[in-house]
Amino acid sequence: MTTTPSISGTELTDTQTRALLLKLTVLADDEIILAHRDGEWTGHAPILEEDIALANIAQDELGHAGLYLSLAQTLGGSDPDQVAFWRGPDDYRNTRLVELPKGDWAFTMVRQFLYDTSEALWLEAATRSTYAPLAEIAAKAVREEKFHVQHTALWVERLALGTPESERRTQAALTELWPHAAQLFQPVEGEAELTASGILTDLNAVHARWSDLVTRHLVDKCGLTLPDAPATQPGRDTHTEHLAPLLEEMQRVARQHPDAEVW
Amino acid sequence: MSITDMGMVRDVTVSDAGRVTVTFTPTFSGCPALHVIRDSIEQAVRDLGVTDVEVRSTLTPPWTTDWINDDARERLRQYGIAPPAPTGEGQLIQLDAEPTRCPRCGSLNVRMTASFGPTLCKRMYVCDTCREPFEGFKSV
Repeated sequence: MTTTPSISGTELTDTQTRALLLKLTVLADDEIILAHRDGEWTGHAPILEEDIALANIAQDELGHAGLYLSLAQTLGGSDPDQVAFWRGPDDYRNTRLVELPKGDWAFTMVRQFLYDTSEALWLEAATRSTYAPLAEIAAKAVREEKFHVQHTALWVERLALGTPESERRTQAALTELWPHAAQLFQPVEGEAELTASGILTDLNAVHARWSDLVTRHLVDKCGLTLPDAPATQPGRDTHTEHLAPLLEEMQRVARQHPDAEVW
Repeated sequence: MSITDMGMVRDVTVSDAGRVTVTFTPTFSGCPALHVIRDSIEQAVRDLGVTDVEVRSTLTPPWTTDWINDDARERLRQYGIAPPAPTGEGQLIQLDAEPTRCPRCGSLNVRMTASFGPTLCKRMYVCDTCREPFEGFKSV
């Protein structure tokens, strides 16, 4: 693979560092929360193979969160475990898309498909970041994300073209999730400057490619209908009532045993 | 199978002062064995009588199954795990999986039964020629 010239961590301006820290946190938060929702299927998925598959996918997403937060730490951020387990719902910056309860299997697969396609396209573009540590993470993660996209695209197709019941559920999931998906493409504060300097990829361009890809799959191939999305979405600091109980469960063990080092 | 068979060890250097630095690359970013691998590398070098050991991990270039050496591929096949196909320069986001051969009879007439297997690096298949179910390495 080709590598682009790099900007090392010390050459970022203070403003750039702040914005990049925020961006990395936002990316990691989506991964962590979605991984937790996926993990809720462990022992409950429709078939054993899917139980395993979803646990694998969740594990990959947590791996990506670990990469983002480790990079954030080199830029002055807190320890990754601290970030994951010791922030409350007011400080998490994940989208509402990923925090909604897991719903039925169609809901979980449609959500994962919308998320995986956006992540894969963003990562693919981020491999060309002028900031080498981010380009390296993207090059690693995108190879894993490819498998998620294959898997969830197939499931959405199978459900949408399956029985009238599976089609109804898949369409219902898409109708509920679609308005939230646009939030994945909200820039963070200071993102424009990072994009101008080539550190971050152009989010609008990724959004356009994503819209094209998911429309071809969901509408043209699967025969689903895309609902109208609201013109504006609240920011990532506005959560549903579902995030607090999720965090309470996810963080319980870490908070009960704050000094534990070996699990 | 060792981590060198897997192509995970990227560099080993010995400084004039005798410090040994081993650089390895993870297979999957979420691999839960990373800490164990790191500790095992350090211990293996210490067992050689070296006291000053540093183990580093690197993401670049990202690990690929193309680095699994031929001998290890053959051992995987003999064990019943289909070795990974060459990754090639295919489309990044493709919906069709790479072709896989049955490790038992060599047939390409196989079906994937699960796209994720018992570990992050494998998928599940069944061969429609010899009826053998088997695991196959993903091409990453």
